[in-house]
Amino acid sequence: MTEVKTPEVATEDAAGQEPVTVIQTPISVEYRFTAGVASSKFLRNVAQGKLVGQRCPRCHKVYVPPRGSCPTCGVPTQEEVELSNRGTVTTFCVVNVPFSAHVIEMPYVAATILLDGADIGFQHLVQEIPAAEVRVGLRVEAVWKDPAEWGPTMESIKHFRPSGEPDAILPQAG
Amino acid sequence: MTADAALPEVLSAPHVLEYPYKRSVGSVLSAFFTGLRDRQVLGIRGSDGRVLVPPQEYDPVTADTLSEMVPVGDAGVVTTWAWVDQPTAKSPLQKPFAWALVRLDGADTALLHAVDAGVIDMMSTGMRVRVRWRDERGNGIRDIECFEPEASA
Repeated sequence: MTEVKTPEVATEDAAGQEPVTVIQTPISVEYRFTAGVASSKFLRNVAQGKLVGQRCPRCHKVYVPPRGSCPTCGVPTQEEVELSNRGTVTTFCVVNVPFSAHVIEMPYVAATILLDGADIGFQHLVQEIPAAEVRVGLRVEAVWKDPAEWGPTMESIKHFRPSGEPDAILPQAG
Repeated sequence: MTADAALPEVLSAPHVLEYPYKRSVGSVLSAFFTGLRDRQVLGIRGSDGRVLVPPQEYDPVTADTLSEMVPVGDAGVVTTWAWVDQPTAKSPLQKPFAWALVRLDGADTALLHAVDAGVIDMMSTGMRVRVRWRDERGNGIRDIECFEPEASA
């Protein structure tokens, strides 16, 4: 790379200072999120301590959280299916890099959890187990907050923790 | 909370999505931003001899790598502008202002920045404006708070 020739700039402020090589460029978007009918129903159920998905009338897959339609079949999903508090870790990420919004102790594990009876996973925290011991197939259960703190948010579940069952054997991809 | 009836059919809530980016700026913008920190605007000389402000890393015509930084003035001419009557929370000024292209003295291209003219009638293409430096330094182009009409500077 060609060396950039910077003219001498004679100011007293320049004396002894390092060049600017990094700048902070925070970017934020403030918006209003409207959940839609299906997700609103799901969140209202979460506020009552229940995880309720929807089943596709054509392919019979159960989606949680439901979006109101099946992305494969393109048909509305209406049948509600109450799901277990237990599931299986299908993939996970150990987070070691803190960023400014972190309120969780490091390192922590964000996992995709496939609830029993569901056909699609969702993401939540896995805790009460050392990060290095989390694995695909680990059986976990939801740890709900105190009912007084339940609301229409996934934060009504504090995290998932090992249920103590033997690991599940997941079907291999492909 | 278990009061289902208290919640509307469709839920809606304010969200903020924010990334606290830090960016490595590269050699050309490093020189430009270091100049701004030291209160000197720098351009870069293009293959055809023109002085480009803000400086480009590659020549806009030949795509050659550019490297010769050239000091330019901290005042110049508005080449075009748009008035902002209702600034948003993210606007550079929290009062009505103009976005303007400013061709600094000694430069051949124009720089986009805000002009604090007070009222729209103070704005005109061809008017002279001068940099108002921000006290806080080392934040790249934000080291320039805005431009202001030269007569009142």
